[in-house]
Amino acid sequence: MADERFDVIVVGAGPAGTAAAYTIAKAGLKVALIERGEFPGAKNIFGGVLYRKQLEDLIPEFWKEAPLERTIIEQRLWVLGEDNTFQVAFRDGRFQDPPNCWTGLRVKFDQWFASKAEQAGAVPIYETVVTELLRDVHRVVGVRTDRVDGDLYANIVIIADGVNSLLGKSLMVHREWNPDQVSLAVKEVISLPKQTIQDRFNLEDNEGCTIELIGQMSKMAGLGFLYTNKDTLSLGVGVMVSDLQKKRVKPYEVLDSIKRHPMISRLIQGGEVKEYSGHLIPEGGFDSIPPLAGDGWMICGDAAQMVNAVHREGTNLAVTSGRLAGETAIAAHLRGDFSFGTLDDYNTAIRASFVHKDLKKYRGVHSLLGFGDSEKLFDKLPESLNEAIYQMLLVDGVPKKDKQKMAMRLLRDAAGGNLDLLRLGIKGWRAMNG
Amino acid sequence: MSQTIEERLYTIRYKADDKSHLIITDHNVCENCRDKPCNHFCPSDVYLWHDVERMTSVAYENCIECGTCRLACPYYNIEWVYPKGGYGITYRYG
Ligand SMILES: Cc1cc2nc3c(=O)[nH]c(=O)nc-3n(C[C@H](O)[C@H](O)[C@H](O)COP(=O)(O)OP(=O)(O)OC[C@H]3O[C@@H](n4cnc5c(N)ncnc54)[C@H](O)[C@@H]3O)c2cc1C
Repeated sequence: MADERFDVIVVGAGPAGTAAAYTIAKAGLKVALIERGEFPGAKNIFGGVLYRKQLEDLIPEFWKEAPLERTIIEQRLWVLGEDNTFQVAFRDGRFQDPPNCWTGLRVKFDQWFASKAEQAGAVPIYETVVTELLRDVHRVVGVRTDRVDGDLYANIVIIADGVNSLLGKSLMVHREWNPDQVSLAVKEVISLPKQTIQDRFNLEDNEGCTIELIGQMSKMAGLGFLYTNKDTLSLGVGVMVSDLQKKRVKPYEVLDSIKRHPMISRLIQGGEVKEYSGHLIPEGGFDSIPPLAGDGWMICGDAAQMVNAVHREGTNLAVTSGRLAGETAIAAHLRGDFSFGTLDDYNTAIRASFVHKDLKKYRGVHSLLGFGDSEKLFDKLPESLNEAIYQMLLVDGVPKKDKQKMAMRLLRDAAGGNLDLLRLGIKGWRAMNG
Repeated sequence: MSQTIEERLYTIRYKADDKSHLIITDHNVCENCRDKPCNHFCPSDVYLWHDVERMTSVAYENCIECGTCRLACPYYNIEWVYPKGGYGITYRYG
């Protein structure tokens, strides 16, 4: 490996890194794609839903060949109480053609995507950990790997090493994430016959459905998901690391409590757990985004906290940021200038894209999920909402006007009084409306 | 359908290095840590405090490389790096 020189080295073969390597290789530059796993995807999990638009910008009609699970035509939101559930759902046939999004499994998907970058000419260097960035004063000039003679040099290093970005940290562009800027998600892939999944979720053929779960789970503020794959279900839950620190509950016990919920247990009944997994999700949002470029480097995807937690979008932000970093690298190559002055164009491109705009819109959400409020939002309010609806629907001779009053009282009490309900309402409205 | 953590970890393919990629920097810090949250927050039960030996054991070969302990140890007392290239977990679904 010694003395190898590349135009660009990309660290991490997730959606961000692979999108960057693909873009650069297509332009004919010499690019290395380094991944620590046995193969791309080996270390990666997500919910997960893959979106069409941002990947299509890179590979037109990719869905005709990519390994995808089901086309999502229906999305549901369930507010779970102890023994009750408030449900909303939206189904639209138009989501089928052109497809809007699909469920997927990362081991298959990431391998396929990386194979596209390889076909375009990217040099795969897998089973290799980048242990540090090589620097000449402050310019990044290459990477040190855990291989023998493992130093590699390049004009630009693109850092796409995911949420545990040890490389981003080593640049000191950001301090370590705070425990409230990340969630830990644990997940199981549960197998069931294809037909059983279709019957239980009201689906045909390759149609798919997603269910987001919110509510009280083992006394933790958790956000869960249950997604349909071809012949498996993806069931998981994310809890804020700061919350995990404080409550003495094991992450997989939170998952167990969801599995026992009457609405969930019958959907997964008879299934076999094929895989257990866990991963962090960056949830700091807009205000946690670090500087995106410097002399000889750019940073993308999860490593730069580019996740829109409200819409559970991450892979698409990763793909777009990787593509934009790739395009900036190509422009820098043509100019022969790899300094911050040129690479800062990546920052400008991100600012002009949906990545920046969407994260900015929801910048208030992170503080909304701060300790006190998150308990209200995920625990007390859902519980009271369900109770209020139960009371409204129960025909027991109590006049509807009295019922409505009682319902309002329930919600007010859950929020901690009128003012707090108002404050939470305004804060929530602002957080969602930017 | 609930499973033990052992059954769960059994579903993941591991290639364990003979050297731990997780190191407790100072066992005295664990000794003085009141809540020992690492005994709870780890999704694969890597950390366990032993009263008799006065130390935290590290079952690094069970680690699913999520990074929670890196951020959640209140004293940043866990030195956390990735396993060597190709070692550690390999998912089959993801
Ligand atoms: C439970 C869960 C559910 C999610 N659900 C969704 C969803 O439904 N839809 C969605 O769009 N997004 C979802 N996300 C978010 C999404 O998975 C991420 O935003 C996305 O994967 C980020 O891509 P990335 O390329 O930046 O990082 P990653 O996908 O994490 O890729 C980083 C890569 O770098 C490698 N690497 C790291 N360090 C090194 C090193 N030093 N040397 C070599 N290689 C290294 C890693 O092995 C990895 O392959 C979810 C995430 C989780 C955890």
